[in-house]
Amino acid sequence: MATEAREATGVEVVDLAVTPLRDLNQRLHDAAREGGPAHWRIVNPNGAHAVAAGLDAQIEVDVDGHVGYYCAGMNKLATVRVHGNASTGLAENIMSGRVLVHGNASQSAGATGRGGLVVVYGDASARCGISMKGVDIVVRGNVGHLSAFMAQTGRLLVCGHAGDALGDSIYEARLYVRGEVGSLGADCVEKEFREEHVDEVRTLLADAGIDDVHPEDFRRYGSARKLYNFSIDNASAY
Amino acid sequence: MAGNGSWALRESYLYDRNVIAEIQRAAQEGIYDIRGFGAKRRVPHFDDLLLLGASISRYPLEGYRERCDTNVTLGTRFAKKPLELRIPITIAGMSFGALSAPAKEALGRGATEMGTSTTTGDGGMTPEEREHSKLLVYQLLPSRYGMNPDDLRKADAIEVVVGQGAKPGGGGMLLGHKISDRVAEMRNLPKGIDQRSASRHPDWTGPDDLEIKIGELREITDWEKPIFVKVGATRTYYDVQLAVKAGADVIVVDGMQGGTAATQDVFIEHVGIPTLPAVRIAADALQELDLHRQVQLIVSGGIRTGADVAKALALGADAVSIGTAALIAMGDNDPHRDEEYRAIGSAAGFYDDWQAGLDPAGISTQDDELAARFDPILGGRRIANYLRVLTLEAQTLARACGKSHVHNLEPEDLVALTVEAAAMAKVPLAGTDWIPGANGHE
Repeated sequence: MATEAREATGVEVVDLAVTPLRDLNQRLHDAAREGGPAHWRIVNPNGAHAVAAGLDAQIEVDVDGHVGYYCAGMNKLATVRVHGNASTGLAENIMSGRVLVHGNASQSAGATGRGGLVVVYGDASARCGISMKGVDIVVRGNVGHLSAFMAQTGRLLVCGHAGDALGDSIYEARLYVRGEVGSLGADCVEKEFREEHVDEVRTLLADAGIDDVHPEDFRRYGSARKLYNFSIDNASAY
Repeated sequence: MAGNGSWALRESYLYDRNVIAEIQRAAQEGIYDIRGFGAKRRVPHFDDLLLLGASISRYPLEGYRERCDTNVTLGTRFAKKPLELRIPITIAGMSFGALSAPAKEALGRGATEMGTSTTTGDGGMTPEEREHSKLLVYQLLPSRYGMNPDDLRKADAIEVVVGQGAKPGGGGMLLGHKISDRVAEMRNLPKGIDQRSASRHPDWTGPDDLEIKIGELREITDWEKPIFVKVGATRTYYDVQLAVKAGADVIVVDGMQGGTAATQDVFIEHVGIPTLPAVRIAADALQELDLHRQVQLIVSGGIRTGADVAKALALGADAVSIGTAALIAMGDNDPHRDEEYRAIGSAAGFYDDWQAGLDPAGISTQDDELAARFDPILGGRRIANYLRVLTLEAQTLARACGKSHVHNLEPEDLVALTVEAAAMAKVPLAGTDWIPGANGHE
């Protein structure tokens, strides 16, 4: 296409200022099925929604600029780097691969993710990791209220502070926070931070490429498991 | 009193035996009643409508000689691959978890035999279900249990579930004794817990977000799949118009009689509006947008007979969905199992404890022994038979009204037996030309 260029490095460049999103995503999907460039650069996203959604190949995608909702939604295998901010539902339901945001992320980052790694190098807003089901989420900055709401499995690591109602109605997900927690949600409690958890934090930080934070500085939170089966005595907690 | 015996006893209308039993149960147990099935109270329904057969001014079609087509295409608005159904009756979403794997398989088998679709539920897609369902609608629910892009692409259509008729505004519920190893694994949950699904989606809120969400689903599936939006019937006019605005191909409206596997009784009986007004409001909302028949309307909640089907279509639906009736067709509440139902504190004809997992028919259970009682091949045949009868009945009524396609039935073919039904369906009270509310308060 006339609007695209192959950089000297072999990176396929797509300019969303002139290329419809549909064409971009179709090409990325086709590349997964039929083979194609292994590295893509998307310029001028200008807040477009569903950029690089539904990828299913070991390709690398760099997005230069801010993206709208659901960037890298349901990602499999691919590595997507956003050099800007991401709006609601970043990497929602991610299955595998890596989604990295060199900026801030809005609400529900990594929502319902079932695998892979999501890293936000800035702050993430409310409901980060909501209903997460196996994904690892690392936030270099702070997370907003109701993060890890109904989090089922996976790990959320927050290097900054967490807002109110962290881990409300949490199941088996593991939460690590270095800074202050506004408040803990229903059935979420602080748990012992043992050596194996320090190792786990160290690994997560290394995976995220964060090397200026000490793994020993975190605290661990998880489910008290008191709301797993309904008891009328707990009615006020619901 | 002498000589009259029990005839002299007068039961309170306000405090009948059922009310007394519930008050005493609540006082003893301290928790609301959770059950399956749908609303049991009487509300205006399709029974309150009658069809006007042919007369001097309109002539009928020959019952066994002239065609009356039943096919329907769903998803003609935006999807590259719309759903082509041979009959306008689909199987509603019911989860693996709520139902046993063989029951889900039977629904797929029966639907496939009759050329229609079946639907996943709040628990993801099972391989058995996909294998035995030629046309499978994959639900995207707030819980997102089992959601993954591979199944999304394997589906024939996607249904974004905003709500259901039994509990508009409520989330799913699957009690611990139905969370088997397999169910737990599919839902990424610990075994044996009481699973409470969220009532709101985790990554969108409101119609503008829904539009973006639908856009994402289309992008992930390369715009191939029809996208349905399902709502419980409440503010139906606005919900339908907002779902259309958000880009839905198909709107599914589930009236308050729609069934559930597990919800609070108070929710089932007291939230939402009946199917009868919902279908008319939804069709009117589409007509106002000049999109009736372009955005297809599926209506569910209390569809039991071909008459219900015909009347729903006459009021503007493109298709209907069945859930409770499908379970009954497969053998739920079978009188031959009365003793077994009584052994678990119920009786055939009354059994609604679908949440308990003790279903002697092996349908609403995750107990391997109970589930093994259910033969998915026989169950599939019963579903196909039942769908066949519903279709034949609807065709019979349509031909009697002179229609060569069931979609040619129209509100003018209907009258109402009660003032309430006339007002809700916006058809005249039988024997009059009065449609209450049609002209303001007249």
